[in-house]
Amino acid sequence: MLTSAFSLTRLRAQFIKEVLSVLRDPRSRMVVFVPPILQLLVFAFAATLEVRNVDIAVYDQDTGRWSHELVQRLDSARFITHIRHVDSQQQLHELIDRGEVIAALAIPVDFSRSIAAGESGRAQVLVDGRRSNSGQITVAYLSTIAADVGAEVVPDAQAPTPVVVRHWFNPNLVYRWFIVPGLTGILALFSSLLITSLSIARERELGTFDQLLVSPTSTPEIIISKSLPALAIGTGLGLFMISAGVFLFGIPFTGSFALLLASLVLFIASVVGIGLMISAVSMTQQQAILGAFAVGVPAVLMSGFATPVENMPVVLQWLAQAIPLTHFLIIVEGSFLKAMPPGDILASLWPLAVIALATLTMATVFVRGRLQ
Amino acid sequence: MQASPAIAAVPAGAGEDAAIVIEDVDKHFGDVKALRGLSARIHYGRLTGLVGPDGAGKTTLMRILTGLLMPNAGHVTLAGYDVVKDNDAIHVASGYMPQRFGLYEDLSVMENMRLYAQLRSMDVDRNADLFAELLEFTRLGPFTKRLAGKLSGGMKQKLGLACALMARPKVLLLDEPGVGVDPVSRQDLWRMVQALTDEGMAVVWSTAYLDEAERCESVLLLNQGQLLFDGPPQQLTARLEGRSFRLEDVGAERRAVLTQALDLPSVSDGVIQGAGVRVVLREGAEAEQLQALSDQAQVRLAQVPARFEDAFIDLLGGGPGGTSTLAERLPPVELGFDIAVSCRNLTKRFGEFTATDNVSFEVQKGEIFGLLGPNGAGKSTTFKMLCGLLKPTAGEAHVVGHDLRRATGAAKSRLGYMAQKFSLYGLLSVQQNLEFSAGVYGLEGNTRRERIAEMIETFDLGDWLSATPDSLPLGHKQRLALACSLMHRPPVLFLDEPTSGVDPITRREFWTHINGLARKGVTIMVTTHFMDEAEYCDRVAMLSRAQLIALDTPDALKRSAVSPERPDPTMEDAFIHLVESSDRELEAAT
Repeated sequence: MLTSAFSLTRLRAQFIKEVLSVLRDPRSRMVVFVPPILQLLVFAFAATLEVRNVDIAVYDQDTGRWSHELVQRLDSARFITHIRHVDSQQQLHELIDRGEVIAALAIPVDFSRSIAAGESGRAQVLVDGRRSNSGQITVAYLSTIAADVGAEVVPDAQAPTPVVVRHWFNPNLVYRWFIVPGLTGILALFSSLLITSLSIARERELGTFDQLLVSPTSTPEIIISKSLPALAIGTGLGLFMISAGVFLFGIPFTGSFALLLASLVLFIASVVGIGLMISAVSMTQQQAILGAFAVGVPAVLMSGFATPVENMPVVLQWLAQAIPLTHFLIIVEGSFLKAMPPGDILASLWPLAVIALATLTMATVFVRGRLQ
Repeated sequence: MQASPAIAAVPAGAGEDAAIVIEDVDKHFGDVKALRGLSARIHYGRLTGLVGPDGAGKTTLMRILTGLLMPNAGHVTLAGYDVVKDNDAIHVASGYMPQRFGLYEDLSVMENMRLYAQLRSMDVDRNADLFAELLEFTRLGPFTKRLAGKLSGGMKQKLGLACALMARPKVLLLDEPGVGVDPVSRQDLWRMVQALTDEGMAVVWSTAYLDEAERCESVLLLNQGQLLFDGPPQQLTARLEGRSFRLEDVGAERRAVLTQALDLPSVSDGVIQGAGVRVVLREGAEAEQLQALSDQAQVRLAQVPARFEDAFIDLLGGGPGGTSTLAERLPPVELGFDIAVSCRNLTKRFGEFTATDNVSFEVQKGEIFGLLGPNGAGKSTTFKMLCGLLKPTAGEAHVVGHDLRRATGAAKSRLGYMAQKFSLYGLLSVQQNLEFSAGVYGLEGNTRRERIAEMIETFDLGDWLSATPDSLPLGHKQRLALACSLMHRPPVLFLDEPTSGVDPITRREFWTHINGLARKGVTIMVTTHFMDEAEYCDRVAMLSRAQLIALDTPDALKRSAVSPERPDPTMEDAFIHLVESSDRELEAAT
C-alpha cells in the first residue's frame, strides 16, 4: 500500500473537500463574498477624510462691507451646507457645544472699519476640538477663503508670490485614489484570514480532524490542501478589487501588473500561514473568528493604511515590518499611482516572501503540535 | 387557580395522585413530527422512566412538561397547573435538570448552589440546613470549594441534581441523567432518586439505555414521537415470557451461530452475551429450529427471563438479519502473523497528570477487543495512542507490525477509524464524503471507483448520494461512517464509542457488520460505555485511574463478581465490582 509522505491523490481529495467546504458553507460564503462588496461601497463612498456637508455659525457684529463680503464667500463655499446666523456669543458657544456646527466665525464690530483704515481685519474662529481632524481641515478651508478676501482688499499689493502647491501622482487629491488600492490589501487579508482560521477549527468541531489525523495523510498535505483554496479565493478577491479600482473608480494603474500579481499571491500566502496558526490553536470556530480579528485589526492599524509607519515608536516600526500588509500596501499603492519601478517593488517583495515562508512553516509546526 | 376545560374533561377515577397529565399532545418542528397524539399520566411517589432511542421525542416532551416549549395541540398539566397558562407556577412546582445542566464551570460547587438558590429568590443564609442536607444527600460535601468545571461527569450530574432540588419541587424532571456518567456514579444517582420518590415526589427519568428502564416503576416507551407502551416494565417483558433463550457456552463459534440463528425464520432478535448467544423467538414461534441449531452446534439451549430490550425490539417488529453483506464481499485478512495490535508499558502524562500508566497488552488478529472504564480512567487516551492520535510519553505501540512512532504513515494506512459522532463532513454530500475517504487513503482510478460503488451497493446508499450526511436517518448515517472507514479495507478497525446515541435496532445492524468483519479476520478495537456491548467482545480491558485493572473474557470478568447476593452478575455489576475493589486496594496501599 502506498504510504509515501506525499501523495497527489490524497492531496487532490483534500483540496476538493476544502473547496466544497468553503463554497457549501453559508458562513464561509458570507465571509468570502459579502464583506468585499459591502466594504467596497462603504469605504469608497462613506469613508473619506475630506470635510463636506458641514454647518458653520456666524456672529456678524459688524455688518459692514467686508464682513458682508466674507459671509457671502462662505455661503458660496461648496463644503458648507448652511450658515447659521446668531446674535450673541452665547448662542455661538451653544451651537458648538451641541455639535450642530463644526466651527464658528465671530466678526468684531470694527472689522470693516479697520480694513478701511488700512489695517488688517481680525475675526475669531472657534473650532469644535472634539472633531480635531475635520476641525483642522475646516480651519484650513476658512483661512483660504479669508486670504481670498484679503487679496481683494489690496488687489495689487506687493504680496510675495503665492505658493502654488501641486500634488504629484494624485493632482486633485481624490481621496478614493488613495483608499481603494489600500482596501484591496485589507479585504484580501480578512477574507483569507477568516477562511483559513475557520478551516481546521470547523473540522475539529465536527470531529473530522481526528479522522484526518488517523489517515495516512501528512501534515504538509493538510497545510497545502487548506492553503490552496484560500490562496485562490484571496487572490481572486484582490484582483476583483484591483479591477474595481481601475474600471469603476478610474484610478490610473501605472505599475507592473505581473509584479503586483506576484506580490498579491505572496501576501495571501503569508496571511494563510497566520490563519492556519490561529486555526490550529482554536478549539471552536467561535474562537477562530475572535482570533482572526484579534490579529487582523491591529495588523491593519499598524500597516500604515491610516497612519504612516514612520510616525510610530521605533519598536512598533520593527513590528510593522513583520506585518505582511505593510509591504503589500507599499506595492499596491505604488503600482496604482506612482508607476513604482520594479526595483522598488522587489525591495518590498522579498520581505513578503520571507514572511510567507515563516508563517507557513510555523503553521505546519503548529498543526503537527496538535499531535502531542 | 381556575380549572381549565382540559382539566375538567379528565375522566373520573384518574386519581388525585396524577402529577402530570398529558393529553393528545402534538409537537412538530417544521416538517418534523416530534410528538404525535401523546397521552399519558405520571404519578406522585413513583419513578417514571421516559424511555426511547435518540430522536424519539424524549427531550421535546420534557421541555413541554417544564413549560419551555408550547405544544402545537393538546394539553399538559403539571401538579394541577396548565403548562401554557400557568407557566410561572410550573417553574415553582417542578425541578428540571437538562441534559447538560447549566452549571457555571468557573464557579465552585458552593457558589453554583448559592446562585441557584438566589435565582429561586431563597435567602441563602437562612437555608444553611437545606444546603447541608443537599450536600450530604449528593455526597458532595468534601468538594464544596472545587470548581464545577473540574468535577467528573457523575459529580456534575449530582451537583445539577442538588441545584434542581433547591426549591423542593413536587415534580422532578431529569433529562438523560445517566449520559456520560460511569456505572458507579449512576448507581449513586439511582439511590438518590429512590429516596426522593419514597418521600412522595414524582420523578421522571428519561433515558436511551433500555437497561435503565427495567429499574423504573413505570415506563413511557417512546419511538419516533409515538407512545408504544405505558405501564410497569415487567408488564411489557411478561409478554415475552417463554420466548427468550440462551445458547450456553458456544465459545469461539458464537458469531457464526448468531448469524445462523438470526437467519432462522422463527427468530426475531439475537445478541452475543459473553460466550453465549441470546435469542428471542417471534411471537407464536416454536423453539424447534433453535433446538436443531443448538444440537448441531452441540451446546445447551436454556430458557432465560425476558429483558426490557427484547420487548422493545419485539414491539418494533424484530431486529435486522444476521448476515453482513459487507463482510461477505471482503477477502479474508492475511497478515502473516498473529498479533495485530500490541502495546508495551504505554504511558501518557499531561504535565503532572498521568492519563495512562504503564499499560501493556496484545490483541490477536480477528479479535474484538474492548476498552472499558469510568470517565477519566484513561481509556480514550490509551485508545488515541493506539491509533496514532496522541504520542505516548513512554512505552510503545504497534499496529500490524508497524511502530506508531516511526512508521506513522505505514501504520495509519492499515487502520480504519470510526469516531463517536461519525465524523462526516456535514457540508459535503454523501457521494463527496465517499470520494474524499477513498482519496485520502490514496485510492486511485479503477480501484477507487470499484470500492465506492461497492460501498454504495453494500450499504444501500444509492438513494442518498446527493443528500448531506446530517439529513440521513441515523442508521444510514452510521452505515456511511462505516463505509468511509472501511474504504481502504484496513486489517484493524478502531471504533470509539461507535453506538452511543444510536437506537437498539441500528446498533444490532452495526454489530452484525462488526461480527462479520471479525470472522473475516479484521481486528476490532472498541471503546464503549454500553455494558451489554462489552459482551460482544472476545476480551475486555478494564481501566481505572489510568491503570489496567483487569483483562479477560466478558464471562470471566462476570464470574469474578459473583457473590451470594449476586449469583448471576451482569457486565455492569462486574464493572462496578472491579472498579471498587481496585479503589480499595489503592487506598489500602496508601
